Amino acid sequence: MATEGTILTAADLAGNGVHGDDPDVHGKFGIFGGRYVPEALIPALDEVAAVYEKAKNDPEFVREFDHLLRTYAGRPTTLTDVPRFSEHAGGARIVLKREDLTHTGAHKINNVLGQALLTKRLGKKRVIAETGAGQHGVATATAAALLGLECVIYMGAVDCERQALNVARMKLLGATVVPVTNGSQTLKDAINEAFRDWVTNVDSTHYLFGTVAGPHPFPEIVRDFARIIGVEARRQMLDLAGKLPDAVCAAVGGGSNAIGVFHAFIGDEGVQLHGYEAAGHGLESGEHALTLTAGSVGVLHGSRTYVLQDDEGQTIESHSISAGLDYPGVGPEHAWLKDSGRATYHGITDDEAMAAFSLLARTEGIIPAIESSHALAGALKLGRELGPEATILVNLSGRGDKDMGTAMKYFNL
Amino acid sequence: MTTLQTVFAKAKADNRAALVGYLPAGFPSKDGAVAAAAALVEAGCDVIEIGLPYSDPLMDGPTIQDAVHRSLSNGTRIADVLRTVEGVAATGAATLVMTYWNPIDKYGADRFARDLANAGGVGTITPDLTPEESGPWRTASADAGIDTVFLVAPSSTEERIKAVVECCTGFVYAASLMGVTGARESVNVAAEGLVERIRAHTDLPVCVGLGVGTGAQAAEVAAYADGVIVGSAFIRRILDAPDGAAGRASISVLARDMAQGVRR
Repeated sequence: MATEGTILTAADLAGNGVHGDDPDVHGKFGIFGGRYVPEALIPALDEVAAVYEKAKNDPEFVREFDHLLRTYAGRPTTLTDVPRFSEHAGGARIVLKREDLTHTGAHKINNVLGQALLTKRLGKKRVIAETGAGQHGVATATAAALLGLECVIYMGAVDCERQALNVARMKLLGATVVPVTNGSQTLKDAINEAFRDWVTNVDSTHYLFGTVAGPHPFPEIVRDFARIIGVEARRQMLDLAGKLPDAVCAAVGGGSNAIGVFHAFIGDEGVQLHGYEAAGHGLESGEHALTLTAGSVGVLHGSRTYVLQDDEGQTIESHSISAGLDYPGVGPEHAWLKDSGRATYHGITDDEAMAAFSLLARTEGIIPAIESSHALAGALKLGRELGPEATILVNLSGRGDKDMGTAMKYFNL
Repeated sequence: MTTLQTVFAKAKADNRAALVGYLPAGFPSKDGAVAAAAALVEAGCDVIEIGLPYSDPLMDGPTIQDAVHRSLSNGTRIADVLRTVEGVAATGAATLVMTYWNPIDKYGADRFARDLANAGGVGTITPDLTPEESGPWRTASADAGIDTVFLVAPSSTEERIKAVVECCTGFVYAASLMGVTGARESVNVAAEGLVERIRAHTDLPVCVGLGVGTGAQAAEVAAYADGVIVGSAFIRRILDAPDGAAGRASISVLARDMAQGVRR
């Protein structure tokens, strides 16, 4: 149990091993994960792994992280029953985990606060990060401002345009935003560019990776820092409903919010885990981000996982109306959860997501991020499958203010 | 087919370093790549690395990214890479493929090793394949009789250097600096120390790459390394040339300068 006034214990943070699902010494989840990176980065990755291993077992680190989560990020976030929305899910009870209420408006703040504290322990003064929707960039710029770190954000030029508001926020927070103009000019290219910066400036710089993908130890570290979402939600569900939910739903791009909410439930056999990827214009259109549901096993950004790739291993550009899900790879632990059958992954089209986006706004007065709307759309379908007795927990990973430009265009507002 | 062992033995006998040139397949065109590589060999390159163009080249700087992007836009496939190797190997140079891991992984390690050997290729350089993940590729390469070259970096600890060189055959690739590919004003002074550290763990030849772009720099590196690797400087000249013939003429001039450099 957490001591009074705290929300996080060392066991919560290092929940690894509890369910026997820790990666091995090489960062492998089964056949997935590992490290496929230039040798030049190995010492830095080893250093991050060693410093993290020490930090997570250090009560002082856990205290500092807990303090920031409570007094800065605004945790714990509440659960919200959404009965009017639930009417459209065949009457199943849908409950939202309100990560949209955190400071900066998305779950990304959890990971960046943890990694910013880690950066201090690494003795580094500069952080770099990639961003898709801009949420991880904003969160990183926020944590960098808070802890006095220099901050450079790599963002695809296409994403800079569709998330102009977030670019302005990052600049206001003192970060330098570098638009990436090569390749598809989206998240994957921003990651390439961030790796190039890191290999050049690794002595001074921590790569504050934003999702549960990438080389070991990032999938494990980011998961542990996002884990608080599920840890809280599990306790709160027991308080609210007196039982665990029948299913947990989350959107999956790189997969950090999904792992964050799933992880505390992995050992609960009766709880189904459902991840929703962006089906974009539909599988047949070829314009989607269905990495787990339609991709194949390969290596991208330093990790073995499911990848959208052609028959010769060239990455295929993904598509989604939501920049945060527009990524042709996915975290290796999701690949492992998929193959082991513990979690199930589905596609939600742009249109289905936008319908859920609008529905939640009109029925509950909550404007969700378009990313999170994929999980909401999934929950509507799942509720009709599971029936009115079912309780479904949905991770509302972020708020939709950043998506107003897209919504105005889509709905002709 | 000229092997790496032959190349380095000959260079040693001549009391000089070997010159290694890099060009991506399919750049400036499918046939143009073979012609450009032939021009490099004619001008004095002993070894040619043919780059397998990949969509996410995270170790490459802007010059190679640009060339690779053009190559992929030209529709370059692995069959084209193998045909390029065949054409270049026919010039008498020892010919390697430099590639990120995923294309081999997808193609099939055994199949790629076999097809490369059949095309006359003598080995691969795989910049993102770590010793921990290299097992299947080393087995496939050994079965096909081709060499496996891996990279060591200035940041590598003694333990890592040992682990990497144990996976290498043919030669060891020493990255001269912490960074991506691309010509630099000067070659990092740390490179010499790194070569020394590598030699403490292996008798294999050690070649230095990253940031070498002039004959003078080639001479400087040749003083302590067994081979000098040049890529971006050639590609820059091809990119800046008005046509293929002008590009070949331009890289010939540079390659000659470098070939003299490694003999100083």
